[in-house]
Amino acid sequence: MDNTKKISKLGAIFGSEFIYNYKKSKIAIFSTILIILIVVIALVGPNFTSQNPYDLSNLLLRNANKPPIWMEGSEKPFLLGTDQNGRDMLSAIVYGSRVSLYISLIGVVLSAALGITLGLIAGYFGGRFESIILRIADIQLSFPSILIALFLMGIFGPSIRNILIALTLIGWVSYTRVVRGEVLSVKKKEYIEAAKILGFSNFKIITKQVLPNVLTSVIVISTMRIGSFIMLEATLSFLGIGVPMSEPSLGTLCNEGFKVLYSGLWWVSIFPGLYIVLIVMGVNLLGDFLRDELNPKLK
Amino acid sequence: MMDKKKILEVKNLRTYFHTFKGIVKAVDDISFDLYEGEILGIVGESGGGKSITGFSMINLIEEPGRIESGEILFEGRDIAKLNQRQLNTIRGSKISIVFQDPMTSLNPVYTIGRQLEEPLLLHTKLTKNERYEKCIELLNDVGISNPEKRLKNYPYELSGGMRQRVVIAIALASNPRIIIADEPTTALDVTIQAQILKLLKKLVTEKNCALILITHDLAVIAEMADRVNVMYCGKIVETGPVKEIINSCSHPYTRGLVNSIPGIVEDKAKLHTIEGMVPNMFQLPKGCNFQPRCAYSQEICIEQEPKLSEVNSMHSLACFFPCKEVNNNE
Amino acid sequence: MFKFILKRLTQMVVVLLIVSFIVFFMTSIIGNPVYNMVPETATQEQVDHVIRQLGLDKPLPVQYLIFLKNALNGEFGRSYKYNRPALGLILERFPATMEIVFVAMTLTIVLGISLGVYAGSRPKSKVTKLIMGGSLLGISLPSFWIGMVFIYLFGVTLGWLPVSGRGPTTTIFGINTSLGSLKGWTHVILPSVTLALGNIASIIRLVRAGMMEVMKQDYIKFAKSKGAPNNKILYGHALKNTLIPVVTIFGLQLGGLIAFTTITETIFAWPGMGKLLIDSISSLDRPIVSAYLLFAAALFVVINFVVDILYAIIDPRIDLN
Repeated sequence: MDNTKKISKLGAIFGSEFIYNYKKSKIAIFSTILIILIVVIALVGPNFTSQNPYDLSNLLLRNANKPPIWMEGSEKPFLLGTDQNGRDMLSAIVYGSRVSLYISLIGVVLSAALGITLGLIAGYFGGRFESIILRIADIQLSFPSILIALFLMGIFGPSIRNILIALTLIGWVSYTRVVRGEVLSVKKKEYIEAAKILGFSNFKIITKQVLPNVLTSVIVISTMRIGSFIMLEATLSFLGIGVPMSEPSLGTLCNEGFKVLYSGLWWVSIFPGLYIVLIVMGVNLLGDFLRDELNPKLK
Repeated sequence: MMDKKKILEVKNLRTYFHTFKGIVKAVDDISFDLYEGEILGIVGESGGGKSITGFSMINLIEEPGRIESGEILFEGRDIAKLNQRQLNTIRGSKISIVFQDPMTSLNPVYTIGRQLEEPLLLHTKLTKNERYEKCIELLNDVGISNPEKRLKNYPYELSGGMRQRVVIAIALASNPRIIIADEPTTALDVTIQAQILKLLKKLVTEKNCALILITHDLAVIAEMADRVNVMYCGKIVETGPVKEIINSCSHPYTRGLVNSIPGIVEDKAKLHTIEGMVPNMFQLPKGCNFQPRCAYSQEICIEQEPKLSEVNSMHSLACFFPCKEVNNNE
Repeated sequence: MFKFILKRLTQMVVVLLIVSFIVFFMTSIIGNPVYNMVPETATQEQVDHVIRQLGLDKPLPVQYLIFLKNALNGEFGRSYKYNRPALGLILERFPATMEIVFVAMTLTIVLGISLGVYAGSRPKSKVTKLIMGGSLLGISLPSFWIGMVFIYLFGVTLGWLPVSGRGPTTTIFGINTSLGSLKGWTHVILPSVTLALGNIASIIRLVRAGMMEVMKQDYIKFAKSKGAPNNKILYGHALKNTLIPVVTIFGLQLGGLIAFTTITETIFAWPGMGKLLIDSISSLDRPIVSAYLLFAAALFVVINFVVDILYAIIDPRIDLN
């Protein structure tokens, strides 16, 4: 009973056409299932893996260099093989996905928070603040995010905290633009309607009006952002200036695996990479669908 | 009229659109002829099949539509059966089309000169200089002053009326035998409309080609055309010389159109309209398509579809009970 | 036109100034480079001496001005590791990077546009579905992963292509390049394709979307009624209208290509600027990092400027003032 109530409320928010199209689209359903699976694996996966790959006492050298289950010389339970230290790849991927997902999700939340705040400030206060914020946004957009990321990580050094800072500083721009636009259009209405209301209540009204309207855009941007942040973090980690090896993300695993690629141990690097591809594809597909449904303007 | 040469023969043409919701019979079994030097009007409400008829003449029908059956005989060949390459030798050279909206018919990123030159490039063997001269001549023909400058302009630099003149010039470029004008003045200001129509008439006489004039405005037909096909829901319901159709006995739909022209009917106080709405093209009536809106319909009209029958050698209509009213006005 | 160029040039300068300030600010607040330059056993006196030499005892704004002045002269300090002028090192490696960028760019333009035009003009064909599926893959695959797959497939398993280093160079038109020899090409091909894949995919999608929009327009139908053959319609009439957003994205992509050489060069051990940057970040070689960033910033700014000009040339409706 509760669930039906929830669904109908959501349906009211997005409009029943959205739910109808959603059910009709195989891509949307497929990508949602994929994402749910990935999240579930990340959350409860560690309970089911054959080892904790970061507990050094777990690793036995005699398990090292075993190929995946369908090749000769493999050994259960190491379904996807082991690396040069005896680490089980399947477990490593499960643990690694947690780090990758954690970082991208927090990154999205933080950059959204920063972006929305800046958008509100720019729109509401206008003038100097607006110009400066917009200027910085424009300049930042003319540089590829990877370069900005490289620069920041290069200066501050690799750590999870620094990656989050970098992601925040890279991802805020789209949110700011959308929010500012909305504030401006609300401002016009408010100005005409209620010239009597002054001071803070004006700000509250604007914020209250603005946020629900930008909700769909924020959702679409965020979904796409998750994908690009996962790629960004993975790339940084692969280059050795992202997540350190102590708590490796999928990217870090690829970095480690690359070192033994030439000796033929392809599974150590290819599988973590493959999982990244899966996650990014799932998120991109869903993001594409959401954008087409909720806000085609963002194309 | 009889001594004029027949240059186009359309026989039992059907152009259908196969959509998800069903089949739309945009053009449903129409036949007509076109004579050299004449202006043939095709009139009817929006969606009645007139534009599609025009486009079918050079098979410019796109998915999900196609010419289902019938013949379009031109210069000894059946256009309906030609492939793309063969069609491209006819399009723009022997038969050309003037589109409705001059604001969108021209490519915004190329100059007028380039677009005007294109049919010459495609269909003639003139040298570059000869093409340039011909373009100047064409612009002069359609009444555009300062043609040298205009050739270098981009479409956005020209007004609607001028653009339509350019479109007409493009249509005339390779001396076509037939021009099809699809609502050529609907998108223009009233004052410009008259100019463009006058221009078309002059050009047709000068070049001795034929013009198929497609419009929803019977007043335009009355001004311009020699003969007219009245179309309703994909069928020709009446065809004949314009004067005769407007003044004498005709199909109830035609009568309705004539009466809707302000000023034709004596009673100037009332504006006559045809009652009812165009039927849903997916669910056409079994009998006569016009029956639901017809004041004169009877039992048989619901059951059977009336076929075109001759009133005299030039005038036919498809109705069981054509009205006998005679209009006193000219 | 002239006013426009002037305005953009001033904008360029402003941007570069801002970037230089950020670079300077960031690099100066992090750590003290002195300790990279003196041996561990140095006395305080020696350390102070070096500090004075590097000008690190002066107030920050002054340091910034000195930094700026030096930058304009191409002086970014000497690399801690190589003990040679930073900018010089970068410029030395520049041609190698531009080689793979150039090949990647050409691949992107040729494949991206032609496949995009095809997919846009025949949206329902099976080949189009293949192309679109491929392009979705292309934008989801991290370039380092593609690189690894290529290395394993073509290098380790099949042994068809070399997977590291640059081929032998010859001089063509005064430029030192490895594209002159077949062996050179075998080295270039994998890194370039790895670089280009994501971009090709994006361009395909962009061109396809644009073409589908454009093909619905009246002027296309009018062009068909003139009897123009299909190829002329696609590449003559439709494409130019599609190109406007494509040119903008392409400009951004070019910047991205240069940035992504950092990864590709690292994987394929290609001796370009990108690899130099990564190595320098790892070894905390600050002068090279600052020099690279300002150099890259200058490149991007110029690229954006050129893109804007191209924009105006393609679309005659754009009013430059």
